[in-house]
Amino acid sequence: MVCAVETEKLTKHYGDLVAVDSLDLSIKEGEIFGLLGPNGAGKTTTLSMLATLLKPTFGTARVNGYDVRTQSDLVRQSIGIVFQDPSSDDVLTGRENLYLHALMFGVPKSDRDNRMKHVLQLVDLQDRADDIVKKYSGGMRRRLELARGLLHNPRVLFLDEPTLGLDPQTREHIWDYIENLVKEEKVTVIVTTHYMDEADQLCDRVAIIDHGKIVALDAPSVLKANVGGDIIRLRTRKPKLESLKEMDYVHSIDQSGSTLSLTVENASAHLQEILGHVGEVDSVEVRSATLNDVFLKFTGHEIREESGEGGVFERIAKARSGR
Amino acid sequence: MGELEGFYALWYREMKVFTREKSRIVSSLFTPLLWIVVFGGGLGSAVSLGGVNYQVFIFPGIITMTILFSSVFFGLYIVWDKKIDFFKEVLVAPLNRTTIFAGKMVGGSIDALLQGCAMLVFGLVLGVSYTFLAIVMAFLFMFVLASALVSLGLIIGSNMESVEGFQLVVSFLVFPLFFFSGALFPTKNLPPYLLAFTALDPVTYAVDGLRGAILGTSQLPIVLNFAILSAFAVAMVAVGTWSFRRLK
Repeated sequence: MVCAVETEKLTKHYGDLVAVDSLDLSIKEGEIFGLLGPNGAGKTTTLSMLATLLKPTFGTARVNGYDVRTQSDLVRQSIGIVFQDPSSDDVLTGRENLYLHALMFGVPKSDRDNRMKHVLQLVDLQDRADDIVKKYSGGMRRRLELARGLLHNPRVLFLDEPTLGLDPQTREHIWDYIENLVKEEKVTVIVTTHYMDEADQLCDRVAIIDHGKIVALDAPSVLKANVGGDIIRLRTRKPKLESLKEMDYVHSIDQSGSTLSLTVENASAHLQEILGHVGEVDSVEVRSATLNDVFLKFTGHEIREESGEGGVFERIAKARSGR
Repeated sequence: MGELEGFYALWYREMKVFTREKSRIVSSLFTPLLWIVVFGGGLGSAVSLGGVNYQVFIFPGIITMTILFSSVFFGLYIVWDKKIDFFKEVLVAPLNRTTIFAGKMVGGSIDALLQGCAMLVFGLVLGVSYTFLAIVMAFLFMFVLASALVSLGLIIGSNMESVEGFQLVVSFLVFPLFFFSGALFPTKNLPPYLLAFTALDPVTYAVDGLRGAILGTSQLPIVLNFAILSAFAVAMVAVGTWSFRRLK
């Protein structure tokens, strides 16, 4: 197996705080790999170490076979990064942004025009290339930054929260572009995100990170299967738990206030029977397991609880999509 | 080759920004013009110094001020660059930090130099006449001064985390550098405490040198002025390069 990225006990301390704790990862060539976790879990720190922007406190990592500690220039030449915050220069046009990047990353003069044209096409910006970036929408800026990250033919592309702050429709578009460029450019993509749907839909494999440690790592479908079934949420005043506990297809019961959360194998088939036993019910919600349930199962808390600034908006978005 | 292209890229960016943000240039020239026209004109109607009208006397000092303000602010501006991720994009490029510093420094110095040139042209309105040698010497002084002060700004900017410190830098660095430089008064016969500060202020030697180059009157020999200013510039460039190497 050829590894695009391999880390060995990768660790970063900030004073007493352990931001990344002895991380062992191996990311295969050509996959879209996700680092999923709440804000402050150590995702960006990990990315910064892999991109040689930060020196690890202990441990090491190899990116495209180059050591991030001793061969940082070679690492930098072989990777592309799209940062969390907008990093295109909004006084310049899209094309000028690309041109500067080509100069700084040593794209040979003979290739420059072709590569610029090609990446602009990949993200559908060829018609707006000569507009000042200030006039771009948030999604267009992101696309320009994706194009720029790819310009110098990197073998690994790092995306730090690629859809942060974008509206749902734009986010799905960005995912399409990312999937497309993986196909076209044969590049390995490493994404950090605290959006579960993003990790679920976009990534081939996901590492769930909490407090600088990997708590689970696999394909999203495998991770979700791990939860042990679908989720049934009931609102009920006087639940009769005894009979539920005897059902062998009910894997877990979690009660908080009047809300009862059950993990149930093949929920739709057993719903009738459960409702029959539980007593008087005000409302029922049945859904498939999400990566949030996986996160909850492994860490005992939800991603949202710690997700800082994004939290409020996420909760609103969730409330809307839940109805 | 790669480093040279990277240097060119950084400089190219500064040129584009400079030519596109025209309001910035206009406002950076407006304050110096106020000084010359209003302050210089008003006081000049009563005072003449060193054989010339006061308005003409402070002209080299106001050129220096123009360069002082725009250079230091240019350097400080990287605090913004650091806040948005644009600067990270530059830092992650496979470029030597010395190259990045040089690109920023030369880009900013040329910005400031162009503003200094605009001021030189305005001198014609005041009735200043230039010899070819005067223009060459003025250029040299302006460029060395700008490189030193852009570097100073970059040093502060690269070590500063937020824009809140801006006002402090202006009050405790930029204004003292300006006022102690003798831009507005002759440095002859100063009381000792003032003379000490004036002598310590590196900008003094730019003002005196420019006065020598443009008006033909200077306190110190022009060559000595230039030597001191150059030494200051070399020191600033060295510290600046070092600061950039440490940048995360």
